[in-house]
Amino acid sequence: MRNVLIFGATSRIAEETARLLVARGCRVFLVGRNPQKLDAVLADLRTRAAEPGHIHAEAADLDQIERHPALIEAAATALGGLDTVLIAHGTLPDQRACEASVAKTLAEIHTNALSVISLATLIANRFAAQNAGTLAVIGSVAGDRGRQSNYVYGSAKGMVDLFLQGLRNRMSRHGVAVVTIKPGFVDTPMTAAFDKKGPLWAQPATVAAGILAAMGSGRDIVYLPWFWRFILLIIRSIPERIFKRLSL
Amino acid sequence: MKVYRSWGRLAARAGQLFMPSDRHAELPAPERHWLPIGQGRSYGDVGLNPDGGAIETARLDRLIGFNAATGLLRCESGVTLDAILAFAVPRGWFLPVTPGTRFASVGGAIANDVHGKNHHAVGSFGCHINGFELLRSDGRRLWCSPAENADWFGASIGGLGLTGLITWVEMRLRPIANPYLWVDSRRFGNLEEFFALDAEGQRRHEYTVAWLDCLARGSARGRGVYYGGDHAPAQRDLPVHRSRQRSVPFTPPLSLINRLSLSAFNTLYYRKPLPSGPALVHYEPYFYPLDGLLQWNRIYGPRGFYQYQCVVPTADAAQSLAELLERIARSGQGSFLAVLKSFGDKPSPGWLSFPRPGYTLALDFPNRGAATRDLFRDLDAVVRAAGGALYPAKDACMDATLFRHGYPAWERFSAYIDPAFSSGLWRRVNPG
Repeated sequence: MRNVLIFGATSRIAEETARLLVARGCRVFLVGRNPQKLDAVLADLRTRAAEPGHIHAEAADLDQIERHPALIEAAATALGGLDTVLIAHGTLPDQRACEASVAKTLAEIHTNALSVISLATLIANRFAAQNAGTLAVIGSVAGDRGRQSNYVYGSAKGMVDLFLQGLRNRMSRHGVAVVTIKPGFVDTPMTAAFDKKGPLWAQPATVAAGILAAMGSGRDIVYLPWFWRFILLIIRSIPERIFKRLSL
Repeated sequence: MKVYRSWGRLAARAGQLFMPSDRHAELPAPERHWLPIGQGRSYGDVGLNPDGGAIETARLDRLIGFNAATGLLRCESGVTLDAILAFAVPRGWFLPVTPGTRFASVGGAIANDVHGKNHHAVGSFGCHINGFELLRSDGRRLWCSPAENADWFGASIGGLGLTGLITWVEMRLRPIANPYLWVDSRRFGNLEEFFALDAEGQRRHEYTVAWLDCLARGSARGRGVYYGGDHAPAQRDLPVHRSRQRSVPFTPPLSLINRLSLSAFNTLYYRKPLPSGPALVHYEPYFYPLDGLLQWNRIYGPRGFYQYQCVVPTADAAQSLAELLERIARSGQGSFLAVLKSFGDKPSPGWLSFPRPGYTLALDFPNRGAATRDLFRDLDAVVRAAGGALYPAKDACMDATLFRHGYPAWERFSAYIDPAFSSGLWRRVNPG
C-alpha cells in the first residue's frame, strides 16, 4: 500500500483508516462531499504526516457519476500512481420514508449501490491493466439478508456484495484483490440515532484497524468485528417462512 | 438515556446527547441545558449534568496545524493530552503544563485550568493558551484570546464548561531533547523538613511534588518523600522504555482501601529505598503513574471515592497544613495518594482559576458516606479560615459559601455563563 485513494473520506471509519495509513507513510488522496469537513480531515492528516505534501483532497458528490473518471485520474496523477482504493461513502436511509417514496428509495440505491458500482468498474479496469492493486469497499452485514427494518440499505449493500463477488472472480487472474468489508454495528455519526449500548457496538478505530489489516492481506470478505460472521451465519440459516414473521 | 460517571464514579443520567464530529456544526437547542463532556476525568460533578444534556466532545479530535519551529499547536477541543504527547514527543515537544492524567481532553484542561508539578515555575494550563473558539448556544462563535474578547477568555479558562463549547484551541508546546527526566527523591520526616526541602526544590527544579503519609501523627506528621524533576538534556545513551498498561478489570464489591491496607502501604512506601542520586525516568511513569493502571478508580469499590484538594495561601500555610493533616490522621480515613505541592505566583488569566500562591494538598477518601462528608466539613473549616479554596475539578461536596469565598470572581463570572448551559456542580454551589 503506497498510493491510496479514499472515497467518503469524511466518514468516521474512513478518517480513522486514513490516520493509520498516514502513520505508515502512505500517500493518500481524499474524496468527500462536504468541502468544510473534508478540509478539516485534510488538515488533520497533513499535520500528522511526515510529508504533508503527500496528502491531497478533492470535494465531490459521488452521486455525480460523470465525475468519476476525472476524480480517479486526478488521484493517480497527484499520488504518482494508484495501488489501493477504499470506497467508504454512503448514507443511512430513512427506511420508513423510503417505503412511502419510490424517488427516495431509488436515490438511496443510487448512492449506496450504483455510485459504488461505477467507481468499482473504473478502478477494476485500471487495476486489471496494471495487473496489480487492491480495491476495498465498505459493505455491511445488512447486505447479507433483507429484513423489514432496513432493506433499502440492505439491498443496496447486497447488490454491491454480489457485484464485488463477480469482480473478484474476474480480477483474480490479474492479481488484483477485491475486498468486501462487512462491519456490524459501529458507533459513528451515521448511527447517531441508535441507542448504543451493549457489546455489539464497535468503535470506528477498531473497524479501521480491521480494514487496514484486510487491505494489507488482500482478504476476500471480512466481517468486522470477526464475530459478525457467525451471527450472520445463523441469521442466514433461518428458514424464510420463519424469518418473514420476525421483527428484526 | 445515557449514564455518565465521573472519575470518582458518581453517576448521572443525561437526557439528551449531542456528539459533534464537525467543529463547524451548530449546537441543537437543548431540552433543558447542555454541558460539554470530555473524557470524564474530573472526580465530582463539575463534568456531570444530571437530567440535562451532554455535548460529548470525543469526536472533535482532529489536529489542525503545528508549527515545528515555534511549537504552536492548533487542535480541536476533544483531542486528549495523550494524543498531543503521542504526536509531539517524537517531534521534540512536550505539554507546557500537564495534570496527573494524560487522558483528559484539551477542552477539559482549559475548563478546569489544570495545573502540574511545574506550577511554581510556569503557572497553570491557561497560561499557555494563545486562544480558543467559543461556540455559544445562540450560534455566536467568539475567538477568545488575551487581545480579543479578553473577558470571554478570562471567564472560560477555569470556566467549568459553562460559558459555551470550546471547539478548537491554539496552544504553545515546549521543547524537549528526549522523553526522559532527571528525578531527585528525598525522604523528609515532618512538615518542617518539607518546607525546607521545597524552598530549595523550587529554585533547583522545574517539577516538584511531595507524597505524604497522611496517617502519620505527632512528630512524624507530614512525613513523606519529595520529588524534584527536570527534563533531561540531550544525551546519547537513553534507556529503552516499554509502555505497560494494566487494567482493573472489574469493580470489587468493596473498597480495597481501608485503614489496615492504607497504614501498611504508607509505612512501606515511606521506608521504600530511594536512589542515592538523581535517576533517569521516562515521562510516562513520572507524570502519569496512575494512568499505568487503567480504571484504577475501580479499586475503591462500588461506592467510589471522593477527592479532596484544597489550596491554602502562603501566609500561615504551615499552620493550616498541620491542622488539616491532624484532622485527617485523627479520622483514620485517607488514601495512599496524598500529594502536597507549592503553587507559584504566576497568575492565570482565568477568573475562577484554582491555583494561587500557596500550597495545595490532595487526597482520596473512600466514600464512607456521612463519615467522609463530616471529615470534609471539618477540613472545609480549616480551608475557609485560612482564606483558601477547594478545586472544583475534584470536588463533590463543597457548599455555596465555601465556593464563593474561594472564588470571589464568581459573580462577575456568572454573567458569562451561557443561558443554555449548566452543570451538577454549578447547581450545587448556586442553589436557587
